[in-house]
Amino acid sequence: MSYLIGENMTGGYGAADILHGCNIVAERGEIAVIVGPNGAGKSTAMKAIFGMLNIHTGSIILDGEDITRLSPQARVAKGMAFVPQTANVFPSMSVEENLEMGAFLRRDDISKTMDEVFDLFPILKDKRSQNAGELSGGQRQQVAVGRALMTQPKVLMLDEPTAGVSPIVMDELFDNIIEVAKTGITILMVEQNARQALNIADKGYVMVQGRNKFTDTGEVLLNNPEVRKSFLGG
Amino acid sequence: MEDLLNAFLLMSNFVFVPAIAYGSQLALGAVGVTLVYGILRFSNFAHGDIMAFGTMVVILFTWLFQSYGINLGPLPTALVALPFGILATAIFLLGSDKFVYKFYREKKAVPVTYLIASVGIMFVLNGIVRFIIGPDDQRFADGERFIIKAKTMKQYLGTAEGVSIKVSQGLAVVTAVIVVVALFWFLNKTRTGKSMRAFSDNEDLALLSGISPDKVVSVTWILVAILATIAGTLYGLDKSFKPFTYFMLLLPIFASAIVGGLGNPLGAIAGGFVIAFSEIMITYPYKKFVAYIVPGDWKPEGLVQLLATDYKFAVSFIILVLVLLFKPTGIFAGKSV
Repeated sequence: MSYLIGENMTGGYGAADILHGCNIVAERGEIAVIVGPNGAGKSTAMKAIFGMLNIHTGSIILDGEDITRLSPQARVAKGMAFVPQTANVFPSMSVEENLEMGAFLRRDDISKTMDEVFDLFPILKDKRSQNAGELSGGQRQQVAVGRALMTQPKVLMLDEPTAGVSPIVMDELFDNIIEVAKTGITILMVEQNARQALNIADKGYVMVQGRNKFTDTGEVLLNNPEVRKSFLGG
Repeated sequence: MEDLLNAFLLMSNFVFVPAIAYGSQLALGAVGVTLVYGILRFSNFAHGDIMAFGTMVVILFTWLFQSYGINLGPLPTALVALPFGILATAIFLLGSDKFVYKFYREKKAVPVTYLIASVGIMFVLNGIVRFIIGPDDQRFADGERFIIKAKTMKQYLGTAEGVSIKVSQGLAVVTAVIVVVALFWFLNKTRTGKSMRAFSDNEDLALLSGISPDKVVSVTWILVAILATIAGTLYGLDKSFKPFTYFMLLLPIFASAIVGGLGNPLGAIAGGFVIAFSEIMITYPYKKFVAYIVPGDWKPEGLVQLLATDYKFAVSFIILVLVLLFKPTGIFAGKSV
C-alpha cells in the first residue's frame, strides 16, 4: 500500500465544492508535485490532506492508518509537517527560536536535529540569533522549511515554496528539497513553477478545476505535448 | 553652587523620586495590559478594576494578619498578604475567561467584541469591590514610613532642601525591577514563555506547531493577575486605596502601553516612566526651582506651573492622543492599535 494516499477527495471551504474526486498518492521518500493553472485547487488538495479543509467524501490514509478525522495538530503528531505559503515563520523570534518552536511537540534532545537543519541550510547557522523577520525572502523560506523539519516528519508538505523567490534561490531550494527526500522523507509539493518542479518530481499531478487531469512521472509529463502546451508554454 | 545643589535636591524630592516610584507602578500595570493585547489580541479595559480587586483582597488579608499581630518589621505587612491577593485574582480571571471570553473565542469574534466584554467585566468588578470594601479611601500601609527623611538629609548636608524617600517608593522600584527581570526570564528562557511569544507573533503557525492555545491563554491570565495585584498593592501602599482612583488609572496605564508600543513589554516599561515623568513634570510648580537657579532680580512671581495638578490625567490623555496621531505603533514599534 502506498505511504500517503488522498483518495477521492471531494469538498470545499463553504457551500461550494472545490475538489471533485481528487486522488493524490505518494510513496516513501518520493517527491510528488501538484501543478496546474490558477484556481485549479492545488493548494486546496494539499490542505485537505493536512486537515485544514473538511472533505465530506473521500479519505486520507497515512502508512495504512485512516487519518481523515484528525485535526491538523494531531496529524503533526502523526508525522506530517506543513509549510504554508505565507506567514510561515515567527518574525519577532530568532532563527534558532523558530526551529525550537518547530520542535515544540518533542520532549527529547533536539540539538541533533537542529544541527542537521543547519547542515542542510548553512546560512541559517550564521544567522541563528537574528530575527526571522529581518531575513531575505529566500532565507525566510529556509527557516520555514527548517522549522517543519524539526519534528522529524515522515511527510513534508510545501505550499508553493518558491513563490516570490529569485531564480538562483529557487534552484538552491529545489536542491535542498531533493536532499531532504534522500533522507527518506516523503515530499508533497504544490508549485506554480511547473517546469522546474516536474523536473525533480518522481510523480506529477496536473489538476484542473479540482479534478486530476494528468497523473504520471515528472519526466513523462514534461514531455507530454498537451501538458507542455497548457502549462509549460510549449 | 549651594543653590544648584538645593535646586537638584528640590527636583529630586518633588519630581524625580515620586516619578520613578509612580513610573514603576504604571510600568507593571502597562505590562499587564500589553501582554493581553499582544497575546489575547484585545484591549482589556477592566485592568484598572482588576488591580483594585487584587489590592482589595490584599488589604483584607493585611487587616487579618495585622489583627493576628503578624508583621514584617520595617516592611509593610501587605507583602505577606500579596500571594493571597494574586491567587484570588488569578481565580477570578481564569473564571472570567472560562465564562465570558471563551464564548467569544469559539465564535471567532472580532477584537472590539472582547473589548466591550472587558468593559462589562470592569463594571462587575467595580460593583464587587465597592460592595465588599466600600467606595472610600483605605489605608493599609504599616511598618517604617521613610527610608530617608528630608529633615535628616538637610541636617546631614547642611542644605535648605532635602530628599525624602518613603519605604513604599523604594519598594515600588525594587519590586518592579524583580518582577520585570523574572517576567523577561520567563518569556525568553522557558519553553512556555517562548510558546506565548510565538502565539503572539503568528497564531496560526503556533497552532500548527502544536502549541496549545488553552494553555497560553491560562498562563497569560495568571501573569496578568500577578502583575495587576502587585502594581495595585504598590500603588495603594504609596498613595492610598480608593476604588475610583484605580479605575482612573486605566488612562495613564493605557497611555504607557501605547506610547511604548502595544504588545511589547519593554515598551510598556519605558512608556510607564515616560507617562509618569510627563505627568509630574508638566504639573509641577517650578517657582522654587527657578528661584534657586536664576539671579535675584529674576525670581518669578507666579507658580511657574504649566498645568494645575488637577490636570494630571489630561497630560496622559494628550500624550495618548499625540502618539496615536503621529506614531501609533509607539516608541518600540509594537502592533498598531
